Parts: sequence; structure tokens; C-alpha cells
Amino acid sequence: MASANRGLNRYFDINGWLFVAPAALLIAIFMVYPILQSLWMSFQTGRGMMTQFGGLANIRRLFDDPMFMLALYNTMIFFIVQVPVMLTLALFLASLLDNPNLKFRGLIRTAIFLPCVSSLVGYSVLFKSMFVQDGLINSTLVGLGISDHPIPWMTDPFWARVLIIIAITWRWTGYNMIFFLAALQNIDKSIYEASRIDGVPAWGRFFHLTVPMLKPVILFTVVTSTIGTLQLFDEVRNIMTSDAGAATGPSNSALTLSVYIYNLTFKFMPNMGYAATVSYVIVVAVALLAVIQFYALREKD
Amino acid sequence: MDRLTRGLTAFFTYAFLGIMAFLSVFPFIWMVLGATNTSIDIIKGKVGIGTALLDNIRAFNAAVDVPLVFWNSIKIALISTALTLIVASLAGYGFEVFRSKYRERVYSAILLTLMVPFAALMIPLFVMMGKFGLINTHWAVILPTLGSAFVIFYFRQSTKAFPSELRDAARVDGLKEWQIFLLIYVPVMRSTYAAAFIIVFMASWNNYLWPLIVLQSNEMKTITLVVSSMASAYYPDFGAVMVSAILATLPTLIVFFVMQRQFVQGMTGSIK
Repeated sequence: MASANRGLNRYFDINGWLFVAPAALLIAIFMVYPILQSLWMSFQTGRGMMTQFGGLANIRRLFDDPMFMLALYNTMIFFIVQVPVMLTLALFLASLLDNPNLKFRGLIRTAIFLPCVSSLVGYSVLFKSMFVQDGLINSTLVGLGISDHPIPWMTDPFWARVLIIIAITWRWTGYNMIFFLAALQNIDKSIYEASRIDGVPAWGRFFHLTVPMLKPVILFTVVTSTIGTLQLFDEVRNIMTSDAGAATGPSNSALTLSVYIYNLTFKFMPNMGYAATVSYVIVVAVALLAVIQFYALREKD
Repeated sequence: MDRLTRGLTAFFTYAFLGIMAFLSVFPFIWMVLGATNTSIDIIKGKVGIGTALLDNIRAFNAAVDVPLVFWNSIKIALISTALTLIVASLAGYGFEVFRSKYRERVYSAILLTLMVPFAALMIPLFVMMGKFGLINTHWAVILPTLGSAFVIFYFRQSTKAFPSELRDAARVDGLKEWQIFLLIYVPVMRSTYAAAFIIVFMASWNNYLWPLIVLQSNEMKTITLVVSSMASAYYPDFGAVMVSAILATLPTLIVFFVMQRQFVQGMTGSIK
């Protein structure tokens, strides 16, 4: 009996590996090998095919590179400002839409969700056409008296960043709202009834009941949004384009790390070693932020 | 709460939600209206139906081989999606059904790749594709997307709901493991496949950075690349750009409206 069992275990074990093998192989070739390869490349210096081992030269170069510092700063600005704004808005919208007595609930939900069906390049191009100097947005803002002059969205560093933030927020708020909505619908509503009878006001119920119960989903949306924002590329390149596709915005105000890596590798004389070093900054940042956010949201238990 | 406050709260709720819904939908309306207007009208912010639709379509057609570009996108998206679903569902099933210590470790390693930013892969991948001689081919676009940790995770989570009695009964009937997968698991998990199909198809259809790097000649380009290059001209013809943007958005929009339920299920299902 024991040997029959062992035979069966072996049979299941072989099957297990066979089912998993194609995926494991593909991931090994197209994910694991490249990530190790780019770690190796980050120690190489020189341009094109003429490279040599440079030790930590690339890392030292990061600190003396004003373009890298600017790209890092811009990327941080995008993520520090945009992620909280978007997630607060998404959570607020979700809690409004969670009310079963709300009329046109399905319609409103579909409408707000619709942006995340659009292609990143497609919507970027639409935003570009709406935010041109004498275009729709500026004439509307001036017409409504919100602004007394056209806003220089494409030519002023501050407004260029605001435009990118508006664009990403438009695209991803509905996406995050759906996660909050799904989580809210799993909450037992009787807890709310009880606290309402106890006289807890609406905002108190929101912060002391809803938010703690949504913590896992909030963690998930914060981490995925952060990773997404750190890799920002499509929007910047397609809203800020012109002049030879450098896509860095006025005074490089919209230069992100991903755009910088792309430009280092594929726009100028390729400097792959240094570009790989910059890409590892994103790797480290993503890992670090994920760990920090994970513990920050867990500690409060 | 007295009636006045309640009335005011309701008013502001509806006003706020109404504005948000309008702002969310408006760019789509703008895109459709824009396709009927001249480029000059578009950058002046004209909201209304124009008469330039045919001219815009003609300009778009003259700039690129539209059927070819559309076919390239469809082909890449369908092949990527089909292969990703096969690979990921096999793996998700394998990890969940045949558990072992070592496979759990492999699974954790695979989940870790979710954190890897594409920017850190693209340079070695580009070098690799050069060595394989695949630069400027559609396989260069397809291959790196096939091992998707997210979709494997999604299938493993969904497999937890696959009744083990079905599997046990089939084993008693003498079916091989691959037969159980093919004849029982796949049909039972139809809705999981549908949801995963939407997510993977959309991601592939909208993929931009990687095709931008590996597809160099015009006859290989996807619709997404075409929209981008038309809009980044020094003086873009926004009328033609709008037509191209409609073409780039239409397939995902149709998929969304036809399969809205599976769409949301696919997105949120993995975190439950």
C-alpha cells in the first residue's frame, strides 16, 4: 500500500510540473533572465557595443546627472500628488454609489468606469487636443470665468505637470472605484445600522468603519497605483510630444524615469549600461514602496 | 436629519455624481465629434457635428494602410491572448491541484515578478530579440507577454472554486490528468476564461512601449503606434487623429459593452 501511495504521489508530482512547466519556462526566459541581465548590464559602462566593466561608476554617475535627478523628482511628484488624490476621489465615489436607493446607479457607475476602457495612447491624444493653447479646455475655463487667461498647459512646467496628473486621474479613478465598490458590497450593512442607532455621524462611520474594513483593498490599490505611476510613459510621451519625439514637456518638467530610460537607450547613442542602472532605480523604488506601504497599513491593527 | 438637509444632501450627491459621469464620458463624445470636424475646428475647441468626416477618413487612409494596421493589432492581440490563457490556466490549475513544497516556492517566485517594472526588462529583451533575429516581427511583441504572473494568479484563485468531486470522479473513471483538464476543467471554468480573455486582450491591444521599440517598419505597426505617430507630428491633422483614435478604441469598447459583467468580475475577482 505504501509503495502504491508513493507511486501515486510521483504520478501527481510529475503532472504538477508538467502543468506548470510552460509558464515557468516563459517567465524564466522573458522575466527572470532579463532582470538579472539588466543587473549585470548596470555595471557596464560605454556606448553602443563598446562596453567594459565599470564597477559602481554608473551608480556614481546617477548622483551627478541633473537629468536623472529631475526625472526622479518628476516621477515622485506624480506619484505623491496623484495617487492620494485619485484614491480619495475613487473611495468617495464608491461610497456614494454604494447606496442602494440611489437612482441611475448602474448608469453612473458605467459612465465613471468607461475611461479605463480607453487605450492609453488614444486618451492621451484626446487630452492633447483638448488642452491646446486656444482649445476647448482653455476657452471653457475663460468662458466660465474660472480663469481670466488661457492656461499654458503645454508650455509652463507647473501646468504641464498638472495636465499629466489630470489625465492619469481621469483614466484610473473609475478603475480603482470598481475595487472599492466590490469591497463595500461585501460589507455587512447591519454594522452601519447599529452605529447609526448609537448616534455615530456619517463621517465617523466612514472613517471608523468603512476605511478599516477596506484596508486590504486600499493596500492593493495603493500598491498597484504606485507601481503604475512609477512606470509612467505612454501618457507623457503622447501628450507632451513634438520636437523629435523627445516627449519631456517644457523644461523637461514631465520627464519621467521610464521616458528617460527610453531616451537613453533608443533616442540618442545607446548607453545601455547606464539606462539599466536607471531602470534598477525603479526596481528598488517599487520594492521599497511596496514593503513600506504593506507594513504601514498593517501596523495599525 | 430634517427634510431640508436631506434634500440638500441628495441634490449635491446627484450634482456631484452627474458632473463626474459627464467628465468621464465627455472625451469619448469629443472624439466622435472631432472625427467630423476639421483640424482647425478641433484645436479651436469646437463642440458640435462638422462636415469633415469623409475628408478625415480619406486623410487617415492616405497616411497609413488602415486595414493592414488594424489586422496587425487584431492578430497580435488574439494570438497573445489565446496563448496566455492556455499557459496561465495550465499553470493556475497545476499550482492549485498538485501542491508540493517546491512548486509553492516556484509560485512565490512567479508572483514576485508582478513587481518587476517593464522598464527594467526592455533593454535585455531588446538585445535578446536581436539575437533571436526577431526584431521587427510580431513574435517579438507576443513572446514576452505570454508568461503573465497576474493571469496565473487569477486562474489559481478561480481554481479554488473548481469542485474537487468532479476531479475525483473523473480519476475513478480512469481519465488522465490532461484529459480532466481539457474535458472537465476548461468547460466548467468558461466564465473565468471569458473574464481573463477580456483583461489580456485589452492589455495586448493597448500595449505601446514594447511594440514601439521592436516594430520598426510601417507595415508591421499596430493601430496604437499609428495613433501615436500621427498625433506627434509637428502639425498634427487632428481630424484624422480622431478617426484613428476611434478605430483604436472601438474593439475594447465593444468588448466592454458586450461583456460588462465578466469584465468587472475579471478585474475584481482576483483580489477576493
